[in-house]
Amino acid sequence: MKGSIAMNNDKLIIGGHEFNSRFILGSGKFSLKDTKAVLENGEVEMATLAVRRANTGGQENILDYMPKGITLLPNTSGARNAEEAVRIARLAREMGCGDFVKIEVVRDSRYLLPDNEETIKATEILAKEGFIVMPYMMPDLISARKLEDAGAAAIMPLAAPIGSNKGLCTRDFIKIIIDETELPVIVDAGIGKPSQACEAMEMGCAAVMANTAVATAGNVALMAKAFRLAIEAGRCAYLSGTGRVLHDRGEASSPLTGFLQD
Amino acid sequence: MEQKRINHMEYLEGMERIDSDIQDRVVKAMSEYDYESYSAEDVLKALDKDVLSPYDYGALLSPAAEPLLEQIAERAMAETRKHFGNSVMMFTPVYIANYCENHCIYCGFNCHNKIHRAKLSFEEIDHEMKVIASTGLEEVLILTGESRKMSDVEYIGEACRIASKYFRVIGLEIYPVNSDEYRYLQQCGADYVTVFQETYDSDKYETLHLAGHKRIFPYRINAQERALMGGMRGVGFGALLGLSDFRKDAFATGIHAYLIQKKYPHAEIAFSCPRLRPTINHDEINPKDVHEKQLLQVICAYRIFMPFASITISTRERQGFRDNVIGLAATKISAGVSTGIGGHDGEEKGDAQFIISDPRSVDEVRNAIEEKGCQPVFSDYVRV
Repeated sequence: MKGSIAMNNDKLIIGGHEFNSRFILGSGKFSLKDTKAVLENGEVEMATLAVRRANTGGQENILDYMPKGITLLPNTSGARNAEEAVRIARLAREMGCGDFVKIEVVRDSRYLLPDNEETIKATEILAKEGFIVMPYMMPDLISARKLEDAGAAAIMPLAAPIGSNKGLCTRDFIKIIIDETELPVIVDAGIGKPSQACEAMEMGCAAVMANTAVATAGNVALMAKAFRLAIEAGRCAYLSGTGRVLHDRGEASSPLTGFLQD
Repeated sequence: MEQKRINHMEYLEGMERIDSDIQDRVVKAMSEYDYESYSAEDVLKALDKDVLSPYDYGALLSPAAEPLLEQIAERAMAETRKHFGNSVMMFTPVYIANYCENHCIYCGFNCHNKIHRAKLSFEEIDHEMKVIASTGLEEVLILTGESRKMSDVEYIGEACRIASKYFRVIGLEIYPVNSDEYRYLQQCGADYVTVFQETYDSDKYETLHLAGHKRIFPYRINAQERALMGGMRGVGFGALLGLSDFRKDAFATGIHAYLIQKKYPHAEIAFSCPRLRPTINHDEINPKDVHEKQLLQVICAYRIFMPFASITISTRERQGFRDNVIGLAATKISAGVSTGIGGHDGEEKGDAQFIISDPRSVDEVRNAIEEKGCQPVFSDYVRV
């Protein structure tokens, strides 16, 4: 049975498509032979696919390792501006990868930080062409609103630099986007441990994307399972409404208003 | 007979001068780099940092770091995994010509070396590319000797056009050219450019490069920047370790790449790590100062200082060294290598530049990568 009882009717909806799983797998850093076990153990329903790595013939092709039923999320990694991202997205569609696309526009080879301005431009063009656009972005509310207006189906703010495994460094800014926009917010990049994925879900993220954290684990299949469970736990906690967390001094009964008599 | 040497610091006619201070900054940093001044404590402090400064990088290259090589390798491997996961890129070099106008005393292609010179015709290039493509590779590195006269930019451009019919990624290792020529080559299909500075010590450089355009030190050191100005996606750096003081040269190589990346943040950065190997007719030149231990130290230092950079491990190294370095710090490996002219179908038209130490086929290298639990990657780029 997929998911826990409490989550049976809790679907993730992106661009009109329903998903039971809230664990999106980035596939770029895996051995292809591990892909199947990771997808199964993580009960993953959506996985990214770098168009630049997908061969159209000849050698090993990541597409051959994606089981049926997995929704492909082609990404535009390698694009340095909106124009290149748009062309890569169109190429993905021509390759039969469907209508989903994760926009990645990066003009910084050191930290791989996204260029929000170019990402917004690409989102607008691709959304008009009928793509279901999921942009990777720096967590900035103004950009998130522009992406929403441009037709994005979800917002994918980074938690920390790609591959850093540092966790929710941008927590407060992601929370603002969750609070202020209507779109599903999917944390992408920087999540290094299941506990961090759980924390993201607790605060209201709609899903978590992870790659490095799973790919570099000693046992990738087991780590995929750990992520799945953590994401489910975080989601349950969010849905149940977490209790208040008291600060270090505890809470005095009514130190300031105790004098009131009637 | 003593040949008349021209001033190696003066540009020749036709060589483009660009507005850049990178050469001065690299040379200054190298001259100030005192590797004997570092202690083990400095090395450990550097390893503790998330992002290393040039000073920290210097610590990793110092003699004080040698006893800590295991810890350095550990950090390098963590960075490699973080940035590349399991991926190891595969490619092969294609030598299309070996005519050379330079007199570099250590090189098998040098103009005074009596080797069999050749240049592939376009039909032969097509044939060569087809043979290589049949091995499954999707990336090639096109090389020529450094003769603008015998292998002009148009010839190389046409080779790129032919290669782009068969391959998704095309690198160039040719004589340095002007930025408009790099732009032309990029439009013909080239994606990245590697230029070996050989040594960053200009005095030593002068004594090794006796004649030819390569003798002009500043034109060569600014090649990567001109390539990026010409629209190339990435640039590669390398010193031929062992020509001069390898610690200083490795330091300068890293600083050069660091400054270029700061100025051109989108540029993809790559390192190559050759040591001197025996060359035809020059078997006696083989300095012993860069042993495998020092080579690994340099490779790991590149990785930790520039964790996102591609690092290629040369076929000049033995199989056992290459197989252990991939996944640890190197991320790119050549396979099915022939350094002769047109040697991929077994028949060389011209002699090789150097003797390789790892003659394995594409399939053999691919299997070795998989046996390590890594993923061979044939293409990591889509040109749109």
